[in-house]
Amino acid sequence: MLLIVVVLTFLLLESASGDAVDAYLLSIGGGDAAVARSLRQAYGLDQSMAARLWLYLSSLMKLDLGWSIAFDRPVLDLVVERLPNTLLLMGSATALSFGLGSALGIVAGARPESPRDRVLSTISLILYAIPSFWLGLVLSIIFAVQLRWLPTSGIETIASGKAGLARAADIARHLVLPVGALALIYMALFLRVMRSGMAEAWQLDFVLFARSKGLSRTRIVLRHVARNALLPLVTMLGLQSAAMLGGSVVIESIFSIPGFGRLAQEAVSGRDAPLLMGIIIVSAVLVICVNLVIDIVYAALDPRVGASESGG
Amino acid sequence: MKVIQHLIRTPESAIGLGILVLLALVALLAPVLSPGDPLRIAARPLLAPFTDPSFPLGTDRLGRDVLAGIIHGARTSLAVGIAAAFAAIAFGFCIGLTAGFAGGLVDEALMRVVDAFQIVPSFLLALAFVSVIGASAPVVVIAISLGAWADPARLTRAQVLSIRERDYVASARVIGMHPVEIALKEILPNALPPVLALSAIIVAAAILTEAALSFLGLGDPNVVTWGSMIAEGRNILRSSPSLSIFPGIALIVTVVGVYLFSEGLTKTLAGRRAEE
Repeated sequence: MLLIVVVLTFLLLESASGDAVDAYLLSIGGGDAAVARSLRQAYGLDQSMAARLWLYLSSLMKLDLGWSIAFDRPVLDLVVERLPNTLLLMGSATALSFGLGSALGIVAGARPESPRDRVLSTISLILYAIPSFWLGLVLSIIFAVQLRWLPTSGIETIASGKAGLARAADIARHLVLPVGALALIYMALFLRVMRSGMAEAWQLDFVLFARSKGLSRTRIVLRHVARNALLPLVTMLGLQSAAMLGGSVVIESIFSIPGFGRLAQEAVSGRDAPLLMGIIIVSAVLVICVNLVIDIVYAALDPRVGASESGG
Repeated sequence: MKVIQHLIRTPESAIGLGILVLLALVALLAPVLSPGDPLRIAARPLLAPFTDPSFPLGTDRLGRDVLAGIIHGARTSLAVGIAAAFAAIAFGFCIGLTAGFAGGLVDEALMRVVDAFQIVPSFLLALAFVSVIGASAPVVVIAISLGAWADPARLTRAQVLSIRERDYVASARVIGMHPVEIALKEILPNALPPVLALSAIIVAAAILTEAALSFLGLGDPNVVTWGSMIAEGRNILRSSPSLSIFPGIALIVTVVGVYLFSEGLTKTLAGRRAEE
């Protein structure tokens, strides 16, 4: 499957009208045809497409993602250097949105069609319609420009000399706004899925049975209804991981966080095909890994998929 | 007519339909509502909003009318969103139909390609595509639909697989109908409605993706879009935040309208099936 991703991306980037050598020559103010030819030879850009595809695939087997032309460094190094920031951003945003979204979804789904449910559903609908980059801008106007509570950009204070806990606190302060912008939108999605899952679960036989047994409402909501509605939410988490990675490109560009998404934007502006390709491949691998973890979690949550029920 | 009656039965979908009709009118009548090029310099730069009645939302850094930009931006947003969703659904539907109907190796191969498209973040894909080909409206449409066709393809295939086992398809086969005829006459009309219910969500996602692309400077540079207006306002965010806020609100209203409408549409389709 990954092979298909690699070949398709390769073909896509091959269809470009200009290559990195053109962009490079443009950035240094032009050069003659001989220079261009020798540069193309050095980067192997003068060979046939099939030959280069084969070369790329065989070096990929050795975990070699190629050489970034814009940065003049190995692609793998660049990606590994930027990945932690994005993982931190995505991880905290996912945790926050999943936690808040499912909690509020339980509140809304506890009594479907109640005023509380209507208010929460409307808010989540509006939140879900907000473009993440706009929310990021508005949050930074309010909290960074007007109130001056939080920094507007970057991942940490430059050359602050902080270490250990102080540095962690500094990074956390820088991450509040970007994580908030990303998490609020996905929280709305999780809330909606949780709520509709719970509204459906209320109709199921075992919930009726639990009600006829005279169990308290809180107990039914938490143990029977919510538990059942959590499963589609976990599936949703896997499906959304690719979208979240894409969303972080825009958020990183707004808050100038040196992460994966910014790297993608830099690759685009530098017409750096090997780098762009490496980014797409690594993000595909990342999405596959996330889905693997989700499958394991799912098996643990759903007794029908195999694992034994614990504490239920 | 009956569908419209169904749609305005719930207040949510009535509001959604209202918003969309209003937006469509604004988009269609843009040259009448605000004649002339929205990118031309109309007045003194950085006119504050709500001060001059002839420029209700003020002007930007270059003195361009913000209201005119929003009116003309509605055209781009709706056109790109609908075109991309249409392309994605048409393509995904064909692929899903082929995969589900052919089965075997063809199905296997097509579904692996669908998998490949689903694991690559669609925004990164669109970003790469636009940057490679160069920004223009058709390219943006293709780039967005590139990341959006996999879901309808998968849904269509699932539909076809469940429908082809039904009795009426079996009886069509028994009376000697040609497989192509069965596909077109029996399976296609029944597989389409659930995929259409997905369409509104895809339109909304396409509008948001287009805005994000043009926010990053990868939209068509010759037309006004809400995304590029937000990006333009971002440069002077501290002194005049309204330049970014107004186009953003226009975007949100549009997408909320699409969502409300889609909920109504899904309910209507589900209700119609229940009645049958």
